[in-house]
Amino acid sequence: MTVLKDKNFIRKILSKIPLIVLFVSVLNSNDFNYLGLKYFSFNFSYILIFYYSLKKIESLGYTYIFIAGLFNDVVLGTPIGLSSLMYLILCVAASYLRNITLRPNLIKDSIFFLITILIVNSLLFISLKLVFNYELNYFDEIVNITFTFLLYFLFSNLFDFFETHFVGNNNVR
Amino acid sequence: METGRDDFVIAIRSAFLKKGAQQRFSLLSLILFSIIFLLLGSFNFKAIDYLKIALKEIAYRSSFIVSAPENLLKNSYILVQEHLNLYEENENNKSELVELRSKDLLNEFIILENKRLKDIVADYLVESEMVIAKVLSDKGSPFLKSIIINKGSKHGISLGMVAMEEQYLVGKIVEVNYLSSRILLLSDLNSKIPVTVEPNGILSILSGTGEDHGVIQYSKRYEDIKNQSIVYTSGTSGLFKSGIPVGVINKNVLNEEGKVEFFSDFSQLKFVKVFSFLKSESE
Repeated sequence: MTVLKDKNFIRKILSKIPLIVLFVSVLNSNDFNYLGLKYFSFNFSYILIFYYSLKKIESLGYTYIFIAGLFNDVVLGTPIGLSSLMYLILCVAASYLRNITLRPNLIKDSIFFLITILIVNSLLFISLKLVFNYELNYFDEIVNITFTFLLYFLFSNLFDFFETHFVGNNNVR
Repeated sequence: METGRDDFVIAIRSAFLKKGAQQRFSLLSLILFSIIFLLLGSFNFKAIDYLKIALKEIAYRSSFIVSAPENLLKNSYILVQEHLNLYEENENNKSELVELRSKDLLNEFIILENKRLKDIVADYLVESEMVIAKVLSDKGSPFLKSIIINKGSKHGISLGMVAMEEQYLVGKIVEVNYLSSRILLLSDLNSKIPVTVEPNGILSILSGTGEDHGVIQYSKRYEDIKNQSIVYTSGTSGLFKSGIPVGVINKNVLNEEGKVEFFSDFSQLKFVKVFSFLKSESE
């Protein structure tokens, strides 16, 4: 009985790891931008939010995603509420895809992800540049979108692996 | 066709309104919350300001704690690299020290003379009380370059104050909270400061590029800018005093706009000095 309880507890902790990773990534900007590589940057939180909104939203929860967006705005110095809005648009897109998909397919998911991040980043760029008068580099945005899209394949497989082998959830595939 | 449109509407409605298990709010309500936050924030609504301050204090402290393991790795890597370069660096330092000692004597005389002359023209700026602050977080996005320090309005920090590392300019304060502040680095795309390029005394504007260097802009005398020319603040804005070293011109990569390598390495900032420059009372 105790062993069963312990296992449930560990599983509960493991299922909360995506949420912890989300908050660590927004607080730490954990996306290798600090390496200072000129043509490499990506948005890890976009990948994480899209993946879990699509496959297993109960791991993150919309309210926590909203709060993570507020923290992200504070850390990056962008207007409060902007990142939350972008994260939630990602969630809407993922949720829509989940509703219309009968047979999940990584290629289709990633193409939908690309379209979504193009829309989200365009909205972000337009609102920061035109409404809030931030100076942004268009080329950096393109690099960021490209790598975020490419790395979706890698992280999607990693998350699949984590969910099936550690959390024991086979429905994510 | 009609069925296809119905399916689309149902899927969209479900995406926006369906709460799902363990969800307290629907996506639509959270999106509305975000938009309300954005709107009220842009109108400087008091309640949002208080919320912002609370969030900032929590986020900056948490960010400092969360980035501790990564900082440890980064610092260990730098430490190993420094040890590897120790001998070569020591040799360079020795020869540099001899040169600097002789220059220092001349410098002291020039500083005193300069102070006396500026006093005569009532243009002498004195530093306010200096605050030494620890860098809590240097996590910017690839587009925005700023750092967070652990001193705020409680410690006398105010907007527009100048941040320096040793003798070199780093940036200025753009956001003040009770216990923390944000410094906009010179490398940020939004940073523009008036500078003078010596030895020719060319006045121009130094703009950030979003990368680890700046560019000289709005000058008609680009051809007069020589390699290894030093960039100082010109003091024309009244925010900075003149003569604070900023960086050096790198002519190997000089394009139409001069490229400036900053003296400070903004990715390695640990402590900064923050103060403002005030005009001295003429006697």
